[in-house]
Amino acid sequence: MSSKHFRFPVFGQVDYFGQPQHSAASYTPSEEKQRTTDPIVTGSSVIAIKYNGGVVMGCDTLCSYGSLARFNNIQRVKQFGPKTIVGYSGEHSDFQSITQLLDDLVIDDQCIDDKSQLSTEEIWNYLARVLYNRRNKVDPLWNNLVVMGFDKKTDKSFLGKVDLYGTCFKDDYIATGYGQHIALPLLRKAYSPDMTLEQAQKLITDCLRVLFYRDARSSKRVQLSYANANGMEISAPIELETYNWDIGEAAVKSFDQV
Amino acid sequence: MMEPLRLTALPAKEVPMRQARFEPYVDNGGTVLAIAGSDYCVIAGDTRMSDGGYGIQTRQYTKIFQLTNKCVIATSGMQADTLALRKRLETVLSRYQKEHGKPMSTPAISQYLSNTLYQKRFFPYYTFNLVCGVDEDGVGCIWTYDAVGSHERVKMSSQGSGNQLVQPLLDNQVGKFNQRIVDGPRELSSEQAVSLAKDAITSAGERDIYTGDFADIVVINSTGVHWEKFNLKLD
Repeated sequence: MSSKHFRFPVFGQVDYFGQPQHSAASYTPSEEKQRTTDPIVTGSSVIAIKYNGGVVMGCDTLCSYGSLARFNNIQRVKQFGPKTIVGYSGEHSDFQSITQLLDDLVIDDQCIDDKSQLSTEEIWNYLARVLYNRRNKVDPLWNNLVVMGFDKKTDKSFLGKVDLYGTCFKDDYIATGYGQHIALPLLRKAYSPDMTLEQAQKLITDCLRVLFYRDARSSKRVQLSYANANGMEISAPIELETYNWDIGEAAVKSFDQV
Repeated sequence: MMEPLRLTALPAKEVPMRQARFEPYVDNGGTVLAIAGSDYCVIAGDTRMSDGGYGIQTRQYTKIFQLTNKCVIATSGMQADTLALRKRLETVLSRYQKEHGKPMSTPAISQYLSNTLYQKRFFPYYTFNLVCGVDEDGVGCIWTYDAVGSHERVKMSSQGSGNQLVQPLLDNQVGKFNQRIVDGPRELSSEQAVSLAKDAITSAGERDIYTGDFADIVVINSTGVHWEKFNLKLD
């Protein structure tokens, strides 16, 4: 700030915010460009698999503030256009900014009114370019994005991933965040391309359960998303069936009585 | 005596300027190699893409990309940069085709790639390339690059994480370098080159953790570009 900010001195009050009088020029927030140097509010894993006839994606609804479980009911998947769902891990605010970009893209495309719609692969490619462009500015959008969709005309499902460098690829099963370490090996072992929807659902839920047990930044409130011939669906949050913690109740009660 | 009151809300020290700490490069690993003969060129590349550490992101990422009917580019290094570079080359080549009514020749592509890489000299594409194919005379040719565009035409070369394992093998078996007794014909046949390429990439996969899963084997000759898939170990 170049303009001098004049403050009226008040007797007996300490001026906490006054500028230091005789110090060398140092940190001036307004002059430094703001960048995402590290993520603040973060979502953990997203996992998704292709099955015989579509794609299933699963993720929890938690967004953490460091190690604090800050927001317990945030939907970490979003639908863009009629045939694409994107799930994310990483910085929540960066994804909100991506959401605006994609919504604009989809609306502009709709306004052309030529009966042509952006395919899932096109959206995935667009995201890869946006994230790569931002990494080129050394100002990344701190997200891992999982893009899935189903094209009814060609009867083909799509599953792809984009990361904050702009790395992008398609695969039969994808995991991000802690899921890369914990869920991916499980998926590799259990996966088969001719799974039914029920089998795929079970595999995803099992993976999310294991993640809940081992990943400290995850929760047991999860959402499953589907893309298949019946269209797209993002389920309401479900509580995962987990170990019966009531077993400790008696001990806790006895503490009460002490 | 009472402690003197300290105003803890005042900053004790000046806040040091925080630097933006984001490392824009990642090495996704992988090995590519090529062998050129008098009328063919054989290119091999694995399809593993690592996450920069011990993890595998995908087993199905092909590092070889066809540019024309006589030329492919094989790239290891950072995948995001590779894609950007490919898209750039693809656009220019399609424009060249439209303007000149013929595809760009392999030697011209090799020079163009060097210029493209050097344009980004101070924020380089983290890519290690081989431009391979046959030239206007149908002779097999390979250009090998560093990330900023230095290049050289060679008979055989390798790039990527398994480079140090593969290059001496190619020098010895294709170039017949460093041998006490050289016997047999000096040039490999196309079939021998394919077989050597397979052995080389398999051996690299045994020792280099960033190389594995599958290999693409590409043969370019007067009849065009021929692709083949080949299994490597998944470990």
